[in-house]
Amino acid sequence: MKYVDEYRDGDLARGLAGAIARAARPGALYRFMEFCGGHTHAISRYGVEDLLPDNVRMIHGPGCPVCVLPVGRIDDAIKLAARPEVTLCTYADVMRVPASGGQSLMKAKAAGADIRMVYSTLDALRIAEAEPGRTVIFFAIGFETTTPPTAMAIMAAEKKGLKNFLVFCNHVLTPAAIRAILASEGGDGVALDGFVGPAHVSTVIGTRAYGAFARDYRKPVVIAGFEPLDVMQAILMLIEQVNDGRHEVENQYIRAVTDEGNVKAQDLTGRIFEVRESFEWRGLGQVADSALRLRETYARYDAERVCEVRTVPAADNPACECGAILRGVKKPTDCKLFGTVCTPENPMGSCMVSSEGSCAAHWTYGRFRDGATTKKARA
Amino acid sequence: MSRKPDLKNGRVDLSHGSGGRAMAQLIAGIFQPAFDNDWLRAGNDQAVAEMPPGRLALTTDGYVISPIFFPGGDIGSLAVHGTINDIAMSGARPLYLTASFILEEGFPLADLKRIADSMGAASRAAGVPVVAGDTKVVERGKADGVFIATAGVGIVPEGLVLSGDRARPGDAVIVSGSMGDHGVAVMASRENLQFETSLVSDSAALHGLVARMVEAAGPHLRLMRDPTRGGLAATLNEIAHQSRVGVRIREQAVPVKAEVAAACELLGLDPLHVANEGKLLAVVAAEAAEGLVAAMRADPFGREAAIVGEIVADDHCFVQMTTAFGGQRIVDWLSGEQLPRIC
Repeated sequence: MKYVDEYRDGDLARGLAGAIARAARPGALYRFMEFCGGHTHAISRYGVEDLLPDNVRMIHGPGCPVCVLPVGRIDDAIKLAARPEVTLCTYADVMRVPASGGQSLMKAKAAGADIRMVYSTLDALRIAEAEPGRTVIFFAIGFETTTPPTAMAIMAAEKKGLKNFLVFCNHVLTPAAIRAILASEGGDGVALDGFVGPAHVSTVIGTRAYGAFARDYRKPVVIAGFEPLDVMQAILMLIEQVNDGRHEVENQYIRAVTDEGNVKAQDLTGRIFEVRESFEWRGLGQVADSALRLRETYARYDAERVCEVRTVPAADNPACECGAILRGVKKPTDCKLFGTVCTPENPMGSCMVSSEGSCAAHWTYGRFRDGATTKKARA
Repeated sequence: MSRKPDLKNGRVDLSHGSGGRAMAQLIAGIFQPAFDNDWLRAGNDQAVAEMPPGRLALTTDGYVISPIFFPGGDIGSLAVHGTINDIAMSGARPLYLTASFILEEGFPLADLKRIADSMGAASRAAGVPVVAGDTKVVERGKADGVFIATAGVGIVPEGLVLSGDRARPGDAVIVSGSMGDHGVAVMASRENLQFETSLVSDSAALHGLVARMVEAAGPHLRLMRDPTRGGLAATLNEIAHQSRVGVRIREQAVPVKAEVAAACELLGLDPLHVANEGKLLAVVAAEAAEGLVAAMRADPFGREAAIVGEIVADDHCFVQMTTAFGGQRIVDWLSGEQLPRIC
């Protein structure tokens, strides 16, 4: 496939692997966090770790929108869907995320709630138009990439004069999460030597958004595309920065990411949404300035206001290590539930649900590396 | 007194499942002409047929696909091909089919006729008659248009034993052609996934191909399976667990059409998880593999046959793949539901 195969070429990969092996200094340790679940997925799916020297380690970050959604917000969505007049529209990944009391949206749907899986905000909008008697709530999740489509749907609803379309907004912001991870370093946080910066998120927010971390925390950032060769090239660039003692924001993904990002999308988002003072992230806890809500002007589209949602914080399964895994402090195999009671078919924590979650990626693609530890399940 | 069914504008109503005259007219107007054969003409509640000697292969399958009509087929042809293939994967020669229709009140008779005709055409082309049938009607909202259940019987040739537990380390893994065509063609025809492709479903009856394979490799054949729901990945994992072995495949050896790869890329799917309805996977002793592939390529449904990997000893029963990129990864079962009602 043109424009895709080029970025997955085995010969180029071997060449880059050789360059990385030559650049990585023996005795030095290079610990890089890939923030995005898209990178985590690519690393696992293509076996990128097989091509890295032992002293170059990838630490999976929290950039998986489904994973970071706290239990309390899933509980809210289930409560909204339980209202007889409500049709809840959601992306399929969220359906299986465990909520309080052994619930999930999937189970709520089976029990009779009107929950529909959609592929885009426009699908939800179409349902609202076609079924004026239903209150259609779009369960909006995701980082800066999925926010503009939600904003666009609200604009479209306004234009069409739809009175039965609401958004349950859970959009979160990448820079705040990176800052939270860096701020915890030295405390209970993970030690890092650099970041592989987000791909799609950066197409929206641009490279400038990362300048402050690189400067304040003296960490190199290389923004990379989601293809495996992108990731490998970014790793090489990070190693070179570490070797040179630099901490700059570099852009490997120049074919899509600019310094200023997508200004039109930023404007649209800014018109509809404002930053929340604080929002709970699974694993990171309350993070200041880390999420969006609808502006007062658009309150009539806001499910939280219209349906008076009062989020009750809910605890994760105490044995589940998703929190520590999302911070990069632990690996999936450090969790005693991994591969025993927690598998993609029966996820106990959110990291096992989404294909971008660290646990799901490792279970699905990489568990053969763990030897006997994962034999118990599937037997 | 009911009238002859209006095959142009009429719709299924509850009387069509009542056992009365309306049902008789529906059968006479739609099903009899579509499947026409002596067994149906006899008008009994069962078909009585001669069976050649040998071991009997039996199977049954339900078809609930949405949409009912899709590029490359429809629920009727699929219900014939799918059941023939399930019989054929035992190495058997399929002999007879039965069909049961569950119709939703309000379903257009013209669509029902189109489905029955397509089913009849598929059965005639395959040489496997539909010898008995049943029709039920449920109230509007209790089904989705039409569901079809077909059953089939066949006879396994003397001395041939194919079974999922017979794969042994060293055996070769062969697929008959490109993976994922059916699933992507059906997805593309769903209303809410607006993308266009020229791709058609691979829905086809494979017993002709199977007969060639049995002739070419005979006792060297360990097993055959058609990778439908869950795709090649699910089938390989089933075999690994049934035979208590591992499977190693090479990504570059697995045939995937460019359109399928592109659609999967867009939708975030893995072609190895996407359903097929006209492809098979075979495990064969290594020494017979090349000859088997050559024989398969001589069949219209096996032109792209290829050796994609081998069976290895592995206590974990892992299915692993060498990626085109040069790394290793597991090829796992699909978790959750990729696309409901794909067949």
